[in-house]
Amino acid sequence: MSNQQKHWEKTRGLLFITLAIWFVFSIGIFLFGAEMNEVTGPFGYPWTYWFTCQGSLGAFVILIFWFANRQEKIDEEFGFSEREDE
Amino acid sequence: MKGNFIDNLPKVYGIYTGGFIGFIIIMAIAEQMGMTAKAIGIAFVAFTVFIYALIGWLSRTAQADAYYVAGRQVPTVFNGMATAADWMSGASFVAMAGGIYFKGYGYMALLVGWTGGYVLVASLLAPYLRKFGCYTVPDFIGTRYGGNLARFSAVVVLTVASFTYVTAQINATGTIASVALDIPFQYAVYVGLISILLCSMLGGMRGVTWTQVAQYIVLIIAYLLPVFWISNKMGAGFFPHFMLADEVARIGELEQQFGFVKNAAADLKSVPKGLAGITKAHSAVNATPWAFISLALAMMMGTASLPHVMMRYFTTPSVKAARKSVGWSLFFIFLLYSSAPMLATLSKLSLIDPNLPTGIIGKTFAEVEAIDWYQNWNQANLMFISDFNGNGTLELNEFFMGGKAVVLATPEIAGLPYVISGLVAAGGMAAAMSTADGLILAIANAISHDVYYKIIDPKAETAKRLLVARVLLVIIGFAGATIAAMEIQGILGSVIWAFDFAMSGLFFPLVLGVWWKRANRQGAIAGMLGGLIAGTWYLVWVRTGGSGFLGITQLTFGIFGSAVSLVLMVVVSLMTAEPDKATQKMVDDVRVPSGKSILGKSH
Repeated sequence: MSNQQKHWEKTRGLLFITLAIWFVFSIGIFLFGAEMNEVTGPFGYPWTYWFTCQGSLGAFVILIFWFANRQEKIDEEFGFSEREDE
Repeated sequence: MKGNFIDNLPKVYGIYTGGFIGFIIIMAIAEQMGMTAKAIGIAFVAFTVFIYALIGWLSRTAQADAYYVAGRQVPTVFNGMATAADWMSGASFVAMAGGIYFKGYGYMALLVGWTGGYVLVASLLAPYLRKFGCYTVPDFIGTRYGGNLARFSAVVVLTVASFTYVTAQINATGTIASVALDIPFQYAVYVGLISILLCSMLGGMRGVTWTQVAQYIVLIIAYLLPVFWISNKMGAGFFPHFMLADEVARIGELEQQFGFVKNAAADLKSVPKGLAGITKAHSAVNATPWAFISLALAMMMGTASLPHVMMRYFTTPSVKAARKSVGWSLFFIFLLYSSAPMLATLSKLSLIDPNLPTGIIGKTFAEVEAIDWYQNWNQANLMFISDFNGNGTLELNEFFMGGKAVVLATPEIAGLPYVISGLVAAGGMAAAMSTADGLILAIANAISHDVYYKIIDPKAETAKRLLVARVLLVIIGFAGATIAAMEIQGILGSVIWAFDFAMSGLFFPLVLGVWWKRANRQGAIAGMLGGLIAGTWYLVWVRTGGSGFLGITQLTFGIFGSAVSLVLMVVVSLMTAEPDKATQKMVDDVRVPSGKSILGKSH
C-alpha cells in the first residue's frame, strides 16, 4: 500500500470516529430526550434542556478543534503537511 | 501603523471595538441629556452602516483573486468571525429567541442543527474544497465532474437556495431600517439594499470579509450586553448561562399553575396576524424524537451544502487554516446561540411571573393597558391582549406577542435605557446585512464566474469579468429587494426552506465528489437535478394539502430530496463509465493538503 493510501485510510478512520461522536450529540441523545429530561444535569438544568442550550453546541466546538489537531498529526505523519511557501 | 494590513488586524479591530463601545457610551450620555429615542435609533443605524460602507470602499479591488476569495489570506480567527456574521442572519438575531420562547424544545432542534452542521463542514468538505482552489462551489462541481451541464446544474441549485434565503434577509434589513429610521417598509427595503451593496460592490469577497468581521463585533455586543444586563437587573444571576436553572424551574411551576388553556377559534380570529400566545412548555420535551431529530438533521446537512458558508473557507491561507477556521466559526456562533435560550427564559419570566414588578399576567386589563411599553409594542403590532373570558384580569392565554418582540422589546420591558434598544437595532441590522452580503455575492459570483466566464466567454479579461460580477450583484440585489418588498413569506420559514433546497441538490454531489472516487458526471447531474426536483415536488405537494410521509414536513423536505439525490447519484454513477484517470488523480490530490491546488491561482 502506498504512502498516500495509508494516509487516506487513517484520514477515513478519523472521519468515522468524528462522525460517531457527532451522531451521539446531534441525534443519539435526543432519542431519549423525554427520559433524560427527568434528571437534573449541569448547573441545575434538566439534562435534555441543557444539551439543547449548551451541551451539544459546546461539544461540537470541542470536537472540531480535536478533529483538526488529529488530522494535522496524520498529515505530518505521512509527510503531507503544507509547507510555508505553498 | 507599520507593516501590512493583515499583520495589523488585531490592532485595527481592537481600535474599532473600542471606538464602538465609546460610541455606545456617548449615546448613553446623550440620552441622559435628553436625546430622543428616535434620534438614538437613527444614530446607531446610520453610524454603523457608514462604518461598513467605509470598510467596503477601502477594500476595493481590481484583481480576480481578491474579488472572489479575498486573496486567500484571511487569518483563521478573523475568518471565523466573518463566517459567524455570514452565518447568523436576521433570523438568528431577531427571531431565534422568539422561536424558543414560543415553541421550546421542538424549536431548539434548530440550535442543535445550525451548530452540528459545522462538524460536517470541517470533516467532510471545507479542507478539501480549500485544497481544490476553487472560486465558487459550482467551480468545484464543474471541475471535479467535468462539463458545462454539471457546472450549470450546481449554479441552478445554488441560486434557488441562496435566493430563497436572501429575500428573507433583505426583508429583515428593511424591517429594522423602517423601525429605526421611521420610514415605510417599502422604502426601507431599498435603504437596506443600498447599505448591503455598499459593502460588497467595490471589494467583492475582500470587502465582504472585512465588513463581516466588523458586523460580527457589533452584533455580538448587541446581543450579549442586554442578556447580561437584564439577568443582573432581575437578580437572576451575573452569568446567566450558568445560573438560570431556578428561573427555568420557576417557569415550569407557573405553567403548571396557569395551565395551557386552549382558546376558541372565534376568539383567536381577533388576534392580529403573526402574534402568538404561549402554548408550549418552556423546558419540557414537547416533540417526538423524530420530529426533533429530523429537523436537526435537515439543518445540519443544509449547513454543509450552503455555498455562502462554504466559500468563506476558500479565503484561508492554507488547508490547515481552513479546518481550524471552522472551529473558530462555530465558537463565535456558539456565543450567540447559547445566549438565545437564556434571553427567552428571562423574557418569559419577566412577563409572566406575578411576583416580579414587570409581570403582567394576573394584572387587570386597565393596569396593563396603562403600561408605556405595552402601548408602544401594541402600536408596533407586536403585542396584543384580549379579555376572552371577561373576568377583567389577564390570563396566560389572553396575552399575545410577536416572535421578534423577545429580542426587540425585552430590554425596554426590563427597564433598560433606550440606548440598548438602539444598540439592538444596530445588531439586527448587522446580522441581516452580513448574511445578505454573503448570499448575494455567492449568487453573483457563481453566475459571473461559472456561467459567464467558464461557459459563455472563457476569453474575457479580468476587468470585464469583474464588471459583469458587479452588474450581476446589483441586479440580484434589486430582484431580492423587489420580492422582499412584497412580503410573501415570513423570515424564518424561508430561511429553513433555503437549507432544504441546498441539501436536496448539493449535499451528496459535494460530499461524494471528495469521498467517492467512482462518482462521475452523469451521477452528479442526476443527483443535483433529481434531488432538487424531488425536494421541490415534496414541498409543493405538502403545501397544497398533501399528507406527506415518514413525518417529513414542509420544514424538512430536504431529507426526502437528498435521499432521492443519493440514490440517483449512486445508481447512475454505477451504470455509467467510471471517471477517467486524470479525474481520479485529481481526487487523490485533493485528499492530501500538500502540493499545488488543483486550480491555478487565477483561473
